Amino acid sequence: MAEKIYTKPPCLLPLSSGFCPGCLHSLATKLIAESIDELGVAEKVINVLPVGCSTMNSLYWKLDMVTSAHGRAPAVATGVKRCRPDALVFAYQGDGDLASIGLSEVLMAANRGEHITIFFANNSTYGMTGGQMAPTTLIGQKSTTCVFGRDPDTTGFPIRMCELVKELEAPVYVARFALNSPANIRKAKKGIKKAMQNQIDGLGFSFVELLINCPTNWGMSPVQSIAYMEENTMKYFPCKVFVDKTEEEEK
Amino acid sequence: MAKLFMKGNEAVGEAAVRGGIRFFAGYPITPQSELPEYLSWRLPEVCGTFIQAESEVAAINMVYGAAATGARAMTGSSSPGISLKSEGISYLSAAELPAVIINVQRGGPGLGSIQPAQQDYLQATKAPGHGGFRMMVFAPNSIQEAVDLVYEAPEYADRDRSPVLVLMDGCLGTMMDEVELPPFKELPETICKPWTVGYDGTTRSGHLITPIYPEAGLEGKNKLAVARTKRWEENDVQVEEFMLDDAEWVIVAYGIASRVAKQAILNLRNKGVKVGMIRPITLFPFPKKSIAELDYSQVKGLIDIEMSIPALMREDIELQVLGRAPVYEYGRSGGVLLDDDSTEAAIWKIIEEASSNG
Amino acid sequence: MNKPSYVINLCKSCGLCIHFCPTKALQFGEERNNKGHYYPIVDYAACVGCGTCAVVCPEAAIDMLKGEE
Repeated sequence: MAEKIYTKPPCLLPLSSGFCPGCLHSLATKLIAESIDELGVAEKVINVLPVGCSTMNSLYWKLDMVTSAHGRAPAVATGVKRCRPDALVFAYQGDGDLASIGLSEVLMAANRGEHITIFFANNSTYGMTGGQMAPTTLIGQKSTTCVFGRDPDTTGFPIRMCELVKELEAPVYVARFALNSPANIRKAKKGIKKAMQNQIDGLGFSFVELLINCPTNWGMSPVQSIAYMEENTMKYFPCKVFVDKTEEEEK
Repeated sequence: MAKLFMKGNEAVGEAAVRGGIRFFAGYPITPQSELPEYLSWRLPEVCGTFIQAESEVAAINMVYGAAATGARAMTGSSSPGISLKSEGISYLSAAELPAVIINVQRGGPGLGSIQPAQQDYLQATKAPGHGGFRMMVFAPNSIQEAVDLVYEAPEYADRDRSPVLVLMDGCLGTMMDEVELPPFKELPETICKPWTVGYDGTTRSGHLITPIYPEAGLEGKNKLAVARTKRWEENDVQVEEFMLDDAEWVIVAYGIASRVAKQAILNLRNKGVKVGMIRPITLFPFPKKSIAELDYSQVKGLIDIEMSIPALMREDIELQVLGRAPVYEYGRSGGVLLDDDSTEAAIWKIIEEASSNG
Repeated sequence: MNKPSYVINLCKSCGLCIHFCPTKALQFGEERNNKGHYYPIVDYAACVGCGTCAVVCPEAAIDMLKGEE
C-alpha cells in the first residue's frame, strides 16, 4: 500500500462526526485536529465544549474534554486553565453559545486576557435546535423565529464579534476566516494553528472566528450554502486579521 | 491554639484555605462580600487562584472548570446570587464534580434586603437547581462552627464528588467572634485524580467531564444518587439536641435563629417551663430521627423558629411528627431580625394559648 | 503523482470534493457506503493529485497516498 501523506488526524476518532453532510463545523473541527497533531500537543489539550451542534464532538475527539453549560465555555475554560496552566485549553463555540447567551463570558475572558484560545463558528443560526435566529443572523435572512426574514427594527443587527473583541486591550490575536474555498480553508488553518501556538508560547488570549454554513437549517445543499456564504455572510463579516500583537513582540 | 477575633466571612475564607481550597471565583454581594475580599489577597499567598468573575453565573462555571481538573474549588454568594448559580450547581451535581458553595442568606425574595434572613431553606434543601438532585447542606450557628464546617466541606465534596452547600446568614457572615482556626491540611502532590482532565504525566487520560449521558445512563446516575442520599441519611446527619429529656415543648431551629431560641429557652427554664430544642446542623440530610423519636406522651407541641415567614422547615418537621403533637411557628423575615425578648414572648404566648385550649 | 483514496464509510455524500476538484476528476459512483451514502469515484486519469479534495472534505474521509517517482 502506498505511503499516506495525509490521513484523518489521530486526535479524532476514526468514525463519522455528528454533523450533517457538508457542515463546515466538521471541517473546522478537522482543521483544529490537524493543528493539534502537527503541534504534537494532543496530550496536553483540554477542550471545553459548548452547547450546540459542536457538543457532538464530545463523541468525536480523542482528547480530554469538559462540556460546559450553554454560553459558559469561556468561564469554564478560565477555571480549567488557571488550575492547569501547562495545558492547552481551547473552547469551540457556535454563534448562539458565544454571541448570545455567552456574550458576557467571552468578552470578559478576553478582557482578562485569559491564556486560552476561543474558536467561534459563525453560521448565523442555532443549528442544534432547528434553525432559530442567532445574533449573527443576517438582515433579511429567514429563520424559524424570523420567518419573514430578520427585521432590524425589532431584532437589531448581526453582531460582528471580532470587531468587538479587537477593541479590548488584552487579546493578542483576533482574526476571522471563512471556510468557503480551499484557499481560505488553508488560510484558516494557519490562523487556527497560530492561535494555538500563541497559547503554547504563553502570549495570552486568542480569538478566531470561522465563517461556516448550515446546509440543513439554511435549507440548501452544501454547495449552494457555500455560494450563499460568499454572496451574503462574507460581505457582512469581513475576513482579516484584526489584531496580532504576537508579531510586534517578536520584532 | 491561639484564639482570634474575626469576622464571619473572613473566618470562613481562612477556614476554606486551611481546608485545602485553592480556587475561588466570586462576585460582590452584600452581606457576603468580605469573603471574596479576604480571599482576593489570601489565596495568592498559598499559591491559590482568586477570580472576581463578571457574574455569579460565570463564577460557578469557573468553579466547574477548576473542579474538572481536580483542584479544590469554592464559590460564595448571597441568596439572589445563589439563584443565579443554580444551573451551574445542577451541572456540578450531574457531572459529579466536587465543589463548596457558601450562601450567606439575606432577606428575600427578589432583590430582597441586605439584612440577614433564613429564607433559602427550601432552595437549599429541596431544589438547589433543576433536575431533582440533592446536595448536603450544613447550617452553622456560630463563627466557630462555620469555620469547622467549611474546613470539612471539601472532604464531603471529594468523597461524594458532589457540590456541598454551607448555609449561613448575614448575621454569621458579618458579626465578629472568637474563633480557633484549624491547622493547614496536607494537600496531595498533584490535583490529578483518576477521573480528572489534564495530562497526569503518564497516560493521556482522554477523560470527558460532562453532565450529558444517554437517557438510560442519566437514569442510572439518578438511581445512584438516591442510594447516596440514603447513605447520607444513615451516616452523615449532624444535630444538636438541647434539654430534650424532660421537654414538654420542643423548639426546632437552625443557624442564627437557634442561638436566639437557646437564650429564650434558658429564660423560660428559669420560669419553670420545660422547653428544649432540636437544632439541625445538617439541613440535608435532615435529622428526622431526632423529631420522630421524641416521647410524644410527654411532648405537648413543637415550635419552628426561623428568620423566615412562613417557616420553611415546617413541613419537614410535620412529616416526622405525623400529627402526634401540634406544630407551631414563629419567625421574622425580609431582613427583620429575631430578638430574645420577642422570641421568648412568642413561645410563651403559644404555650399559654395551647394550655388554655386544654 | 500523489493520489486521493476515499475512506468510503466516512463519506457523507456532501459533494464538496466534487465541487472543488479543479480537474473534475470526481463523480458519485453507483455504490453506497455502510450508511447508505453514495461516495465519489476517482478518475485517476484526470486527477492531478493536488489534494484539494482532501483539504475541503469536512469528514477527513479522503487520504492522500504518496505517488511513485
